[in-house]
Amino acid sequence: MNFEEHAAKPLLAKCGIKVPESKLAHDPVEAGRAAEMIGPCVVKAQVPTGKRGKAGGIKLAASADEASSHAEKIIGMEIGGWPVEKVLIEAQTKIDRELYAAIVNDSATKGPMLLFSQMGGMDVEEAAEKDPNAMRRVPFSIIDGLTEEVAREAVAGLGLDAVEDQLVSTLVNLYKAYRALDAELLEINPLVITADNQVVALDCKLTVDDGAAPRQEAIVPLAAPEKRTELEAKAAAEGLKYIELGGSVGVIANGAGLTMTTMDVISHYGGQPANFLEVGGEAYTKAKTALSILLENPNIKSLLVNFCGAFARTDVMAEGVVSAWQELDPDIPIFFTIHGTGEDEAIALVKERLGVEPFDLMDDAVKAAVTAANERASV
Amino acid sequence: MIPRKHHRILVQGITGKQGTFWTNAMQEYGSRIVGGVNPKRAGTEHLGVPVFASAREAAKSTPFDISIMFIPPMMAKAAAIDACEAGAKMLVCLTEHIPAHDVMEMHVAAAANGTQIVGPNTAGLVTPGECFVGIMPGFNHRVFQPGRIGVVSRSGSLGTLVCLNLTQQGMGQSAFYGVGGDPMIGTTSADAVRILDADADTDAIVLCGEIGGSAEEDAAAYAKTMKKPVVAFIAGRQSPPGKKMGHAGAIVAGGKGDYPTKRAALEKAGVAVADTPSGIPGLLKERLASSAA
Repeated sequence: MNFEEHAAKPLLAKCGIKVPESKLAHDPVEAGRAAEMIGPCVVKAQVPTGKRGKAGGIKLAASADEASSHAEKIIGMEIGGWPVEKVLIEAQTKIDRELYAAIVNDSATKGPMLLFSQMGGMDVEEAAEKDPNAMRRVPFSIIDGLTEEVAREAVAGLGLDAVEDQLVSTLVNLYKAYRALDAELLEINPLVITADNQVVALDCKLTVDDGAAPRQEAIVPLAAPEKRTELEAKAAAEGLKYIELGGSVGVIANGAGLTMTTMDVISHYGGQPANFLEVGGEAYTKAKTALSILLENPNIKSLLVNFCGAFARTDVMAEGVVSAWQELDPDIPIFFTIHGTGEDEAIALVKERLGVEPFDLMDDAVKAAVTAANERASV
Repeated sequence: MIPRKHHRILVQGITGKQGTFWTNAMQEYGSRIVGGVNPKRAGTEHLGVPVFASAREAAKSTPFDISIMFIPPMMAKAAAIDACEAGAKMLVCLTEHIPAHDVMEMHVAAAANGTQIVGPNTAGLVTPGECFVGIMPGFNHRVFQPGRIGVVSRSGSLGTLVCLNLTQQGMGQSAFYGVGGDPMIGTTSADAVRILDADADTDAIVLCGEIGGSAEEDAAAYAKTMKKPVVAFIAGRQSPPGKKMGHAGAIVAGGKGDYPTKRAALEKAGVAVADTPSGIPGLLKERLASSAA
């Protein structure tokens, strides 16, 4: 789950990190009114992606009229593929220095890691790539947490003595927020030192672990919407992992690895997959729902069912697919290859109820599905 | 370690629907199940073995080497730490969607107690002809046959397909090592390759990777130092960037973890990379023939 700046900053503030005064606006009138209250401000596009400034989505405004006219231009823009529907009107800050701070899940150490740089601002990732010393990377124990000691060491030697205590408490609070929110990534860029030596978070990027959603109920509704097609949204609501891909061979398989592999093999034999759709894991009983969603895609010219059951029982999945197929009676050919737990029952079921002979080799099933799709596409 | 038939296995969550189904399947295959855990059913018997309130309780009277968890995600951390503190040498964690911060705490407990965690989000391990620990069709003789090929896979379903292809070509397996589809797993692909490299019953290794993370690059770095042949397949060549392909760890983000990078790293290390899973047995035969020559 990703959170836009306007949703993330109040969560930081709750953990004791200073953020500028701000107000969310959905149209130019609202933006003007907010600016009247706040004074000289920054008008910031709210989209769950970076590089907003470069795209022209962040503008300074000295007056309410100016804020309103900036808002008019920014709302309706598209940034990184996201339409801008709202802007944050935020009080201007007198910046002395721009820093960067983040806490992320680090796969290499299997624990949290603090990232800190004195080169905050727009191109910190590029700067860190060119000069690895530009970014300090400090893995630490999730049991001890981010201690003052570790935080102090991370900011030492960078000429930040005047604000060191404030910086240390900001980083310790950042860790508190990271833990409280089950964050995968909690980033402040820039973390600024103001002209009057205050440490303030000017932006915030937050990604919360999807696995933690059941215990993060309070913030889940604040998350930015996922970029999904209509069918993808429908599948997500059913708890299915479905991604539309634009090809003509429909794919239904169990397990992420096998589903990805099926897509790869389709493409290897000259076809294009229409979708990723996994019915493995806990979703193996939902084959029927899965199939009916998949068939709503008008580009599908043939359907390939590839089951290699471990945990997912192929007989249960086949029953779901066959029932749905009989009920929906679609006008496209279907091809099966079935192995693993419950395969004898599954194969018998497909033969008996659909009169279709499953292929023993996956490659043969893929070739047949690709040939059928290509033939039907050229008609 | 590689699970053997003498290893004593504890099943956490033994009385649930899946726990019961798979414990029964493991027992029938020859896995040595010595006990189970369910706090509400402590003191009873299930599938012929005693049920305990916790792994620590079990350890007092019924020592075990391996624990396998059939535990839902929100309760997984407590169960895993229990198994580690009870002295499990290996913990097979099947659970998917455990919050990442909980997984980090599990890894700390494992390190402190000397437990090898396999997973989270693994389908488990199969030692054909001896035992299996997990939710793999270990009992299906068309898929798994005893032999001398070690198989490592992030995905259970792809691993099943690859073992099936090997068996169809007359190449049995010394061990199947499912490492799991999560981004922060205990035993990495490189670790599993190292374990199979050290195994006297393994002549060659098949590595089934997928896009996302750097597991294949790390395994490649180790493969460079090996004498045994390694053949790989990487799933996700056709997957669009920026999307989680089912597994939490299978995502190309910010240009990292993509197919070409992984394939190049493996090939540079002398690993043969198959375009499709059906190409694996042929490449293995070639490599084994040339290493014998």
